[in-house]
Formats: sequence, C-alpha cells, structure tokens
Amino acid sequence: MKLWNSRSSLNGSDFVFRLLSAVCALLVIALIVAVFLQLAESSMLAFRQFGFSFLLSQKWNPVTGNFGAASSIYGTLITTLIAMLIAVPLSLVIALFLAELTHPVVSKVVGTCIELLAAIPSIIYGMWGLFVFAPFMSVYIQPWLQAAFPYLPIFKGPKMGIGVLSAGIILAIMILPFITCVIRDVFKMVPAVVKESGYGMGSTTWEVTHKITVRYGLTSIVGACFLGLGRALGETMAVTFVIGNSHRITPSLFNAGSSIASTLANEFAEAADPLHLSSLIALGFVLFIVTFVVQVAARLWLRQMQKSFGGGL
Amino acid sequence: MSKQDIKRHQYDKEISQHGGNGSGSVLENLSQAQRVTVPDVKTTFKEHHKDSEPQVVVKNLNFFYGKHQALHENNLEICRNTVMAVIGPSGCGKSTHIRVYNRIYELYREQRAEGEVWIDGENILSANCNLIQLRKKVGMIFQKPTPFPMSIYENVAYGLRLHYKLTKNELYQKVQRALEDAALWEEVEGKLDRPAMGLSGGQQQRLCIARAIAVEPEILLMDEPTSAIDPIATGKIEDLVESLKKKYTIVIVTHNMQQAARIADYTAFFYQGYIVEVGPTKQLFQNPREKQTEDYITGRFG
Repeated sequence: MKLWNSRSSLNGSDFVFRLLSAVCALLVIALIVAVFLQLAESSMLAFRQFGFSFLLSQKWNPVTGNFGAASSIYGTLITTLIAMLIAVPLSLVIALFLAELTHPVVSKVVGTCIELLAAIPSIIYGMWGLFVFAPFMSVYIQPWLQAAFPYLPIFKGPKMGIGVLSAGIILAIMILPFITCVIRDVFKMVPAVVKESGYGMGSTTWEVTHKITVRYGLTSIVGACFLGLGRALGETMAVTFVIGNSHRITPSLFNAGSSIASTLANEFAEAADPLHLSSLIALGFVLFIVTFVVQVAARLWLRQMQKSFGGGL
Repeated sequence: MSKQDIKRHQYDKEISQHGGNGSGSVLENLSQAQRVTVPDVKTTFKEHHKDSEPQVVVKNLNFFYGKHQALHENNLEICRNTVMAVIGPSGCGKSTHIRVYNRIYELYREQRAEGEVWIDGENILSANCNLIQLRKKVGMIFQKPTPFPMSIYENVAYGLRLHYKLTKNELYQKVQRALEDAALWEEVEGKLDRPAMGLSGGQQQRLCIARAIAVEPEILLMDEPTSAIDPIATGKIEDLVESLKKKYTIVIVTHNMQQAARIADYTAFFYQGYIVEVGPTKQLFQNPREKQTEDYITGRFG
C-alpha cells in the first residue's frame, strides 16, 4: 500500500508537505496502538491474578483484594442502553420538528439552545443530577413508575433518586443535543426535490419523513447515534454523581450501580495496592475494547447498509 | 440568447438528426412566418378543439414568492389526453405555473397562489380541496430523477401502498404494468430488488415516471424531465410521452423548443410571468401571432 499517489515530478516543497501530512496522519494510528499497548501492559497483573473470571465476577472489594469487572461492565451497558432508548427517538422527533415542521425562526432559536446544551460541562450535569434531578426522581417519577408498573422488577426497590435509571436519563440528556443536531442537518441535506416527489405522490409529512427522508439519510443518522453511544459509554463525571457507586448487579433500575468510568473516577486516586491499580487499568482496557468494537461494528454495519440500500447521504 | 441556450440549440439539432421526426424544418419555416395580431388567447385556443371540454382550466392565476409576483393573470385551458408544452426563457414562470396544479408550492411557506385552477370541475386552489387526492390525480416528474432510497420494486410500489390496499399479487402486477408502460420493464425485470439509485440517469427518470403512473393519475406534470439526461434517454422519454398521452393529460415544461415541436399538441409560451401565446404547436412555431413568441422561437431573444 502506498501512502500517497506517486507522481514522477515532485518538487521539494511538495514532497516535504506530503511527508508532513502523512506523518500527522500516521501519528493518530501510532497513538491508538500506544494506548492499547500501555493499557494491556498495565492491566497484565490483574488479568494474571484473576484470569478470565475478572470479566465475570461481580465482586469488587479493595479491602480483600478481590476484583471483578462484571458489575461495572453491566452498569456501563445498562446506563448506555437506557440513554439510547430515550435519546434516539427523542432526537428524531426534535430534529423532525426543527427541520420540517416549524417556522425557520423557531427552528433557529431552539436549534441554538440545543447546541448550547452540548456545551455544558459534564460536571454541571452531574451536580444538577445529584442536587436537582435525583430528588425530583425520588419524589415524582419513581413513585409513579412503581404505581404504574407494580409487577416489573426493574422498578422495584428504594426510591432514592440516584441509581442506574437516573444515570441513564442524565446520559440521555447529555447525548441528545449531539444526535439531534446531526439528524436535523441530515434532514436538511436531503434534496428538496426528493421530498417534493414524495409529497407529489400524495404522501403526508409523516410518510415522507419516515419512508423517504429518514431512509435517505439513514447511514448518517445511524452514524450519529453510534457517536452518541460512544460518548455515553465513556461519560464519567455526570454518571459518577448520580449512579450511586455500588458494585452490585441488581434487576432494579432504582438501585445504585457503577459504570466503568465512574469506578475509575472514584477509586483511582486512592488505589495504593498495585493489584487494585492494575484492576482499574484493566477496567479501562475493557472500556477501550468495548468502545472500539462498537465503533468498528458500526462502520461495518453502515457499509453493509449502504450497499444494500444505496442511500443518498 | 445566452451561451447555454445556444449550446442547447446545437444539441437539439443533433438529436433531431438522429431520430427526431423531421422537426428541423420547423425553424426553417419560421423565416417565412407571418405575424398576425390576435391578442385574445383563449378564444383562439378554443377554436381548435371545440369538440372536447377542457380538463384543466386556469383562470386569472397570480403567484407570489413572498412579495415578488412571479405569475400575472395566467389563463390557460388544457384538454384531456393532449400534450401541452410550456416554453419560455429561464425564470419566466413555466415551472412555477405547473407547480400550482398539484399545489406542491405549498411546502414553502412564503409561496402563494391566487386565482382559480379547475381540474375536472373542482377548484383545486380552494381551501377544502383534498391535497392527497389531488396529488394522486396529478402526478409530477422533476428535472432531476428522484428515485427514493429503496429498491426498484419498492419505488414503484410506493404510491400504490399509500393509496390502495392490495394483495401481494395485485401489487406485483400493478408494478409490472407501470414499469411496462414506462418502457423500463425489460431493463429491470431480473433486478427489481436492487437499489433504485444504482440505475442510470435515464432509467431513473423512467422509474420516476413508472412510479407516478402506477397510481393511475389523470394528469402528468413534467418539469423539464429530460434536461438532466443524455440524448438517447431523452429520445426514449419522448417516445414514452407520445404513448402515455393515450391515457393521461401531459403538461411538459421544456427549454428545448425542438422537443416541444416534436411531442406537444399544444404549446404555451411564457414570458416574465405572462402567458404570451398559446395554440396548437405547429401554428405557434410556424405562424406565431405575437412578436415576442417569434423572437423567442427564432432565437432573436434578449
């Protein structure tokens, strides 16, 4: 594989510039490889000690020196799942409203507000979640959920406000602006004439949107969702504040849990024991792999979709 | 005449040399054209088809983009199963005019039409006109092919699924019928499940025609349907228009006067938002009544 298209006559400055840009591009790859190797090397101690059961055990006890990642992995996945379940449909609806239904002025104002949401630092979300949102959850939402779905185990347990569900909802609020903005732009990029021919067939706005516009930009929309997913997987501060930080896997979403990132944030500073430190790095390694796999899977899936669909954007 | 128009002209000549039906003579005859001043467009038009009631009647149509008035007092009648070509220089309101017929302009909030457009006895500009039924009845083909991001089959089935409840078998037959009518069936028969966007430009445009005629409309609006595709595909679409007029009334906007001369029964000439002249195509090209029309069709414009 050649790094650049070779042309016979390259003068000096062209060559230098190409070399420089190639080096910059390669640096990205080098960085990823370096991070991977470093994480792998530092987590060796934990993996050697616990073996494969590190991934399956939910015991995480720094006092006895027993470490298992299962509860953190579970917490990461379940909060992300909740966040995606809430954020994706909501983003679609908001984006549809902004791009197709409302007056351009309203669209502009609301759109800017949503972009501002994305600019709020995650620690603010965490503090807001702990001091405002969690009490609100415990007083209004959780009693209502328990009353409405008395038999569902996921809504059982103490109504404390903090917990896996609250963390998921906060995450949803955090990734929503990003997904919304991308989907809105995708909707706007679909050529007017394609939408017109949809309407020209006698479709309603809803039919044009979900049969034509969404399909037309589907690859970009799914791409946006996966970027949001990536962010939700790794989000640290906001989750740490509201998830409750307990290393257990329980069926109830009201219970406290922990995510990989929140565990790292909580314990890194006080991890004196080399095994504890190595286990934390191993957690980071797992998160790295999960994120990486998700992104690669997303790419592959998108490519497959593009092929069978011939989508536009 | 702009450079672009001149190019089009040469391009047209090429087409007419290959397969056009001797329409090169139209322009030659123009030099002998006599100018008769008969301003009343409507009466002259009526004289030529007293026998049939017009299907589309446009009365005093005005159109606005915000504050800018794009159409002024348009009056036009179109008969069932005829082809009406709409010609005129860029920006004269041709497309704007036909975009009123299915009220597609309403997608844009600053656009507004005033006046009356009667289609089969219903004023489609009235507030209680059912837009969905109107658009089922008045199909539209655009300048660029607009296949939907789905398979060839699903593209044609799109409108059928919206408007009819059909069994799988009936649906398939209607799709096949539409593709046959659009002269595309033979080319796509074995690959109906492939993405429509993989077809060539000309095929995509015929697919759009198939999609439009699948729901059995009564009127087909074509907004420069051949300006984005190559001469051979253009020829196919022109042949198609010829055969489609047995079933449908066709209104075709074109920049290409040769094309209008080849395929249209009647031609309307638009200039700066006014309908300057309308009449049987042959008469309009060989014997235009208005000076502006003559200037335009002989290329002495602007």
